[in-house]
Amino acid sequence: MDKKIFIEPLFKNNPVSVLVLGICSALAVTVKLEPALVMSLSVTIVLGFSEAIISLIRKTIPNRIRIIVQLVIVAMLVILVDQILKAFAYEVSKQLSVFVGLIITNCIIMGRIEAFALANKPLPSFVDGIANGLGYGIILVVVAFFRELFGSGTLLGYTVVPASWYIKNGGFYANNGLFILPPMALILVGMFIWVQRSIQKELIEKQ
Amino acid sequence: MQDLISLFVKSIFVDNMVFAYFLGMCSYLAVSKNIKTAIGLGTAVIFVLGVTLPVNYLLNKYVLSEGALVWLNPDYAGIDLSFLSFIIFIAVIASITQLVEMVVEKFSPGLYNSLGIFLPLIAVNCAILGGSLFMQERAYETLAQATVFGLGSGLGWFLAIVALAAIREKLSYSNVPAPLRGLGLTFIVVGLMGIAFMSFMGIKL
Repeated sequence: MDKKIFIEPLFKNNPVSVLVLGICSALAVTVKLEPALVMSLSVTIVLGFSEAIISLIRKTIPNRIRIIVQLVIVAMLVILVDQILKAFAYEVSKQLSVFVGLIITNCIIMGRIEAFALANKPLPSFVDGIANGLGYGIILVVVAFFRELFGSGTLLGYTVVPASWYIKNGGFYANNGLFILPPMALILVGMFIWVQRSIQKELIEKQ
Repeated sequence: MQDLISLFVKSIFVDNMVFAYFLGMCSYLAVSKNIKTAIGLGTAVIFVLGVTLPVNYLLNKYVLSEGALVWLNPDYAGIDLSFLSFIIFIAVIASITQLVEMVVEKFSPGLYNSLGIFLPLIAVNCAILGGSLFMQERAYETLAQATVFGLGSGLGWFLAIVALAAIREKLSYSNVPAPLRGLGLTFIVVGLMGIAFMSFMGIKL
């Protein structure tokens, strides 16, 4: 099997920063690292299995009703993930609130099913799904890393910035509240795209 | 009546779908290159949200939530179908989107062509499903509340996309560092708009 299927979505053809898919949830769950990790894991699982299932039945789906069929399969997988999270990670599932349900309408899933799973065999489709889920996860983790570090001074809930640095303990440091606010996530992704396009010049848009 | 008006204003500005929750971002970023298509898509979103929310509210109240089937038979009081809500909501949304697509194709072929793939993609616009899920999570009590919330969030999304389209039309004349051109700058502009919208935060209505 072609190695490109796995490697390209991680950075070079990243679903979020290059294909502009799945922005909505990518930004809303990145205040802390932990929900970001759980969200990426959930999306990766749903994406991998939905692509594999759709690819298995791709020749029997009538073209005109394919959107509904795809949505039903994705919704079924999302319900499974949602119920599992509620059972085993209730706190995180509360933090993610409606965004687990919104995986159904995550454009990465529909986009990759339409673009890849409908035209390829089940195994490559599964790999494509996992790789795109991981590519999505990379953006989430990078954004969440900066937001949690500068916004709350912690990483995965552990304090990173020494307590004596803070102003209230006689130091010089204060957490930047701006990083907790939602708009900062957009600006961070904008920066990520800027850096990525400085490296990969061929992605630069024509004027 | 007063609480409906404050819910309406709140769902447009304070709880704006785009700036407070990042919903509907994909089409928001992709269709905001010029004002005309932005207005078309925005109107379609207002309509779909305004119709799907009351329908989903009724489904949630009389079919899905715990004990909702009592009106059929008192014995059904223990049945809780809320785990099915994702599938039911998305099916309602998909069929109403299909309806909107047919209406737009018939009455405004120009708009139909310029919206292209993004019209059927309203079905997977997270702002729409998000509206229904927020309605369920926040447990709005009356049909009027659900409808007003739907129309308000739709209008908020409409205003956001038209504003961004206007800014991007102006930006296309400015000199931007090459790697930032297009998508990257759009993200940063949306972030700055979001910070401006933050000024509505904490307003109690």
